[in-house]
Amino acid sequence: MAKHIQSLERAAAMLRLLAGGERRLGLSDIASALGLAKATAHGILRTLQHEGFVEQDPDSGRYQLGAELLRLGTTYLDVHELRARALVWTDDLARSGGEAVYLGVVHQHGVLIVHHVFRPDDSRQVLEVGAMQPMHSTALGKVLTALDPVAHAELVDAKREPFTAATVTELPDIEKVLEATRAQGYATDLEETWEGVASVAAPILDRHRLPVGAVGITGAVERVCRDGELRPELVAAVRDTARSVSRDLGAKPF
Amino acid sequence: MTDSHTGPFIAAIDQGTTSSRCIVFDRDGRIVAVDQKEHEQILPKPGWVEHDAAEIWRNVQEVVAGAMVKAGARRDDILAIGITNQRETTMLWDKHTGQPVHNAIVWQDTRTDQLCKQLGGDVGQDRWRRETGLPLAAYFAGPKIAWLLDNVPGLREKAEAGDLLFGTMDSWVIWNLTGGVDGGVHVTDVTNASRTLLMNLEDLSWNEEIAAEMGVPLQVLPEIRSSSETYGTVTGGTLGQLLGGVPVASALGDQQAALFGQTCYSVGEAKSTYGTGTFMLMNTGEKLIHSESGLLTTVGYRIGDQDPVYALEGSIAVTGSLVQWMRDQMGLIKTAAEIETLAASVEDNGGAYFVPAFSGLFAPYWRSDARGVIAGLTRYVTKAHIARAVLEATAWQTREITDAMTKDSGVELSALKVDGGMTSNNLLMQFLADVLDAPVVRPMVAETTCLGAAYAAGLAVGFWDTTDDLRANWRRAAEWTPDMDPDVRDREYKNWLKAVERTMGWLED
Repeated sequence: MAKHIQSLERAAAMLRLLAGGERRLGLSDIASALGLAKATAHGILRTLQHEGFVEQDPDSGRYQLGAELLRLGTTYLDVHELRARALVWTDDLARSGGEAVYLGVVHQHGVLIVHHVFRPDDSRQVLEVGAMQPMHSTALGKVLTALDPVAHAELVDAKREPFTAATVTELPDIEKVLEATRAQGYATDLEETWEGVASVAAPILDRHRLPVGAVGITGAVERVCRDGELRPELVAAVRDTARSVSRDLGAKPF
Repeated sequence: MTDSHTGPFIAAIDQGTTSSRCIVFDRDGRIVAVDQKEHEQILPKPGWVEHDAAEIWRNVQEVVAGAMVKAGARRDDILAIGITNQRETTMLWDKHTGQPVHNAIVWQDTRTDQLCKQLGGDVGQDRWRRETGLPLAAYFAGPKIAWLLDNVPGLREKAEAGDLLFGTMDSWVIWNLTGGVDGGVHVTDVTNASRTLLMNLEDLSWNEEIAAEMGVPLQVLPEIRSSSETYGTVTGGTLGQLLGGVPVASALGDQQAALFGQTCYSVGEAKSTYGTGTFMLMNTGEKLIHSESGLLTTVGYRIGDQDPVYALEGSIAVTGSLVQWMRDQMGLIKTAAEIETLAASVEDNGGAYFVPAFSGLFAPYWRSDARGVIAGLTRYVTKAHIARAVLEATAWQTREITDAMTKDSGVELSALKVDGGMTSNNLLMQFLADVLDAPVVRPMVAETTCLGAAYAAGLAVGFWDTTDDLRANWRRAAEWTPDMDPDVRDREYKNWLKAVERTMGWLED
C-alpha cells in the first residue's frame, strides 16, 4: 500500500469529526478524539482555518466547519443567477454599443446562450435564449475555451466544422488563437461563424477568478468593424461589462 | 457609440418604501448616475409600519448631492428635478417649525382597518368608490390622516387652527425642496391625490363631504396640481447651495411613474411591475372607467393643463414574495434565481397548481376569507413541479387582471410592457406571453419609475417637447412571443380557476 501523507489524513479526520455529532468542538476535544498532541492539532486547525475549511467561534474559541467547505460542494454558479446579476450591465452594453448582447456558458460541447439583449433599434428580433453556438468559431466560445479546461478538452475532441472560409479548424492554429485570447483578455470572431457577422467577447469570472461565462456583442461587420478589426471602443465596452458583472459576483478588481 | 455623458440632465428623486434614490438621466433617457440610501422601517406593533419623515428628508438631500457628484454635474447641467414616491404613505407636519408631528404611517400599515369598516357603514367598502375609484381599504391616505388627528394628542386642535400640513411623500419632499418654512409650496399631484380616498376623480378636486365624514379638515390638504409642471424652484438649505433655482417639475406615485416611464401613452397600453407584489396599470385615456370587476380606478397622469389620463389598476399581493417563501420558508432553493433552474428541470407542472392567497385574494375577487392552496397533488409531483406552479401562479394572476381590464375597458391588450426584478426570469416571461396570448416586452431601462418622473419633469421644462420624443427613447431589450396551443391554454386556465375556487371560504367568522 502506498504511503499516505500523514498531515492530510489528520486534516481529513478532523473535518469528519467536525461534520458529525456535535457541531462545535474545542481544541482539546479534537486533539484527544484523534489522539494528537494539542500543538499538532492546533497547527492543522490553523491551516484549515486559513483555507476557510474550518472556522473558529470568536467567543467560545471552539471550531466548526467553514463556509468554504460548503461552497466546494456547490461551486457551480446557477446560470439564472448569472443572468439576474448581468441584467443591468448587459442592458447598458446594448444601449451604449448599439448592438445585440449575448451571455453564454459552456454546455455540452458548445456555448449555451443564457441571456440575450436586443439590438436597440426598432427592428424585428427573436429572443435567442436557449440556443447553442459553436465553441471553436464564436467569440464567446473562444473566451470560454481559452480559460476553462473542461471546455478546452471538449474542443479538442469535437468536430470543428468550417462554417465560412475564415473559420479556423486546425488544432494548432486554434491553440494560437486561444493563447492570444488569454494574453489580451478577450476574443473576436470576424466572419468565422456567419458571413457578414462579427463579434467580441470577454470572460466573466467568479470570486475564485474562475470563468463562469462570457459576455459579448454581435453585429454586422459594417457596423462593428473598422479597417477589418473590431472597433476598439466596442472591445473596451465589452471588457468593462465583463468586469462589472465579475465584480458583482465577488471577483476582486482586475 | 456615445458613451460619454454630457449635460444637460434631468434628476429624478424616487422616495420609495425602503430607500430614497436619485438618478440622473441624459436626453436619451440613459442613466448617468445613481445614489441611494435606505431608511429605517419602524414597526411599533404587529401590522403597524412607520417611517421617520425627517430621516427621509435628510436622505433625499444626501442622495441628490451624491448623484450630482457621481454624474460630475454642476447646477447648470440639471434642468429640472422630478419626484416619484411610495404611494399613500401619510404624514403631518407643523408648518411653522417644519418638523413632522408624528412618524409617517406607511401604506402597508393596517391600523385603519377598523376605521375603514366604520366609515363604510351599511354600504360597506364601496361607499365612496363612485367618487374616488377606490374601495375603503387601510392602504389609502385619508383614513390615516383621521387616525393621526384622533389618536395623537393635540393634533386635531393644531389642524383646526391651520398649523398642520398633510402630505404624501411627494408633498413633503416638494415643500422642503422649495424652501420649507420659508415659503415652501404645499402641493400634491393628481396621481398621489387619487390615492387618498378624498379626491373626486371626475373634476380632480377635494371632496368636501367625504373629508367632513372622515374628519379631515380641508386646511391641512395640499393644492392638487398636475403631474408635470413647475411647482417651484429649489430654495434654501444644503440643496439650495447646490441646485438653487432649479425647477421642481414633476410628481407621480411610483406605479403611475412606471406607466409614464414605460411610455404607455395610448389607450389600452399597459405595464406590469413584477416585484415582491405586482402592480398592473392600463391607460384608459380621458375616459374614467368604473370597474365592474374589482379593479381600482386611478389617475394615470396629467401633463400641465392637458386633460387627465385615467388608468385601471390591478394588484397581485404575492408574486416575488412567493419565490422568497420557497427560498426562506421551504428551503427548496438557495437564491431567488434558482427557481427557474428547478422549474426548468421538468416539462410542465405535473398537474399541480399553487394559489398563494396568503392574505386573501385581491383583484378581481377581493375575498379576505381565502387562504393559500396547492391543488392537484399526486405521488408523481416533485419539488420541481411545485417550482413551476409557483411561477405559473404569477402568470395566471396577471391573466385574471388582464381579463378584468379587457372586460371593463373593452380594449384588448396588444402587448404587455414589464419591468421589475422578476423580468430576469425567462421561463416566467415566456409563460406569461403564452397564457396572455400577447407579446411580453421588456424595456432596456429597468428603472422605469425614476425614468417616468424624469420624463414628466423634462416635459414641463421643455427638455423634451412631446410624449412622442419620449416614445422614441424607448428601447426593447427583449420580447417573448406567445407559443402555446390554445387548447392547452384553455385547459390550464380552467384548472387554475378550479384551484382558485378551492381557496375561498377557508376562514370562517
